[in-house]
Amino acid sequence: MSLDRARARTEPTPPEAVTPRRGRGTELVLLIFAIGIATFAYVSVDLGALGRVPPNALAYLGALSVATAVAHVVIRIRAPYADPVILPIVVTLCGLGLAMIHRLDIADGTTRANTQLTWMAVGVALFVGVLIFVRDHRVLSRLPYLAGLAGLLLLVLPLLPVIGHSIRGARIWINVGPMTFQPGEAAKIILIIAFAAYLVQTRDALALAGRRFLGVDLPRARDLGPILLVWLGALGILVVQNDLGPSVLLFGIFVLMIYVATERISWIILGLLLILAGGFAANAVVSHVAERIDFWMDPFIDPQGQVAQSLYGLAYGGLLGTGLGQGRPELTPIAESDFIGSALGEELGLTGLIAIILLYALLASRGLRSGLLLRDPFGKLLAAGLAAGFFLQVFIVLGGVTRLIPLTGLTTPFLSLGGSSLVMNWVLVALLIRLSDAARRPAPPSASTASSTNDTAVTQVVRIR
Amino acid sequence: MSELTLTVIKLGFLAVLWLLILSVTSAMRADLFGVRPPKQPKPQREAREAARQNRQPRGAKGTPTRAFIVEGPDTGKSVALDGTPVTFGRGAECTVPLADEYVSTQHARLRFHESQWFVEDLGSTNGTYVGNQRLTRSTPVTARSRFRLGKTVVELRK
Repeated sequence: MSLDRARARTEPTPPEAVTPRRGRGTELVLLIFAIGIATFAYVSVDLGALGRVPPNALAYLGALSVATAVAHVVIRIRAPYADPVILPIVVTLCGLGLAMIHRLDIADGTTRANTQLTWMAVGVALFVGVLIFVRDHRVLSRLPYLAGLAGLLLLVLPLLPVIGHSIRGARIWINVGPMTFQPGEAAKIILIIAFAAYLVQTRDALALAGRRFLGVDLPRARDLGPILLVWLGALGILVVQNDLGPSVLLFGIFVLMIYVATERISWIILGLLLILAGGFAANAVVSHVAERIDFWMDPFIDPQGQVAQSLYGLAYGGLLGTGLGQGRPELTPIAESDFIGSALGEELGLTGLIAIILLYALLASRGLRSGLLLRDPFGKLLAAGLAAGFFLQVFIVLGGVTRLIPLTGLTTPFLSLGGSSLVMNWVLVALLIRLSDAARRPAPPSASTASSTNDTAVTQVVRIR
Repeated sequence: MSELTLTVIKLGFLAVLWLLILSVTSAMRADLFGVRPPKQPKPQREAREAARQNRQPRGAKGTPTRAFIVEGPDTGKSVALDGTPVTFGRGAECTVPLADEYVSTQHARLRFHESQWFVEDLGSTNGTYVGNQRLTRSTPVTARSRFRLGKTVVELRK
């Protein structure tokens, strides 16, 4: 009988019973693979377009390896339990983007790939900074309203007279010294943080059911305030900044996060209805939007236009693509930015484009997976918001490029030319790494595993090894 | 560059790209099938063989008659082995109460069975060791055998 008692008392398994795999070795192998692919793409662009191995191939390989190695080492030190596939996917996407920008450089006689590589270095530096300074993601939830205000400020910054700057009709840039920066990219991340912190506080009220309509529980009318506010904000951005992408993206992220927080499908339905209503209103009022919708209905009213050229390019690429360096992606206006998806689709074909979309999907799935594993509601919402926002952005821009939905100006994360987008997406990935580290880290052993008996105190645990 | 080479490069690149996706998904497999528990320090078969080796040659050495505590806070204590089970632990109800803080309330037991003494662990926190091996089952012991519980070492003598 004493045996049974002793067993029962010491039953709680020791904390080292199941050691989760950290996966840093896996990450290293995948990273080497990713760098190999990036270099392969870079070399084959030159082989295809110019018929020679690029003279700076080794320098390119070195720069990419150094940036990746820095990120990997910092993960090893600061986030040892982080998901091992996130960084390799990001490096692959960056490499493909660099190769395609380099390919367009060859066609246009520019050197934008070098600029992009520099921005990637800046991005990695910020990535390292975030991992070092944000030790625990929960500190981000402390100031939801201030974060929201900061996000909004960043959004309206381009409207200010001196620093605001307008390129191709969209007033979303600011001048910082000699450079231009899109504050909207930073605002996106800050607003996701603010939404997550806000929804943690209010989701119980938002989940309350109101009137039932067509088998769907609608939320109570008085809870509609936040969604309408964000909707109006998004419409405001659209009208004053003349830019469709960020407004759709921000509103979409907000709706998805409310859905994640409340598990009520009615929010999605409401959100879609509001997007449609906003779209109709914008179509009538904002000329920019009406134009985009016209091009969506019939892209060939301007055969030289972006959408038409993008479709020609995709058709030219076909199933297997023309091969890197052998297509004519430069015929699409601004192919290096919004339309890099069609440029890649032309040279890598449907097979390559699907692979790229899958990489994005895997990345988003890792974010959602971290959200499922995380133990605190803020972390769950933040991970879901970052992953959903990321994938929504990919959907919006690639959907526009392939004429699935009306074209809205957004960058393709990690692929498009553009410092602000690249840098901010590295920050986003740093947050995802931090969240996945928190999710996969084994729970600290609780102090109350050993119950003391009346005649003795707790047995001290010997550390072997 | 010949047309053929370029085609090979093109298809090769697509193949490598998809290979990466496959490796990424296979790295994610752990999520679907769970995390494999770490390997036991000694597989059971080896432990059994080791036990058998222990049993045969040393069985001839004779049965011990007394257990001495040779290390730890209770050094010098001893207990006669007369065939009734002997328990070691920090609890007062044990045959040999120990003052060692690393010992569980009911830590280990010596048991006489078919003219052979066995030592067994009673599910203690820190385990009972014969040599470097943590006990997972009843293990035969003979005169001159030693086993360790916490910081205490017990030696059996004739």
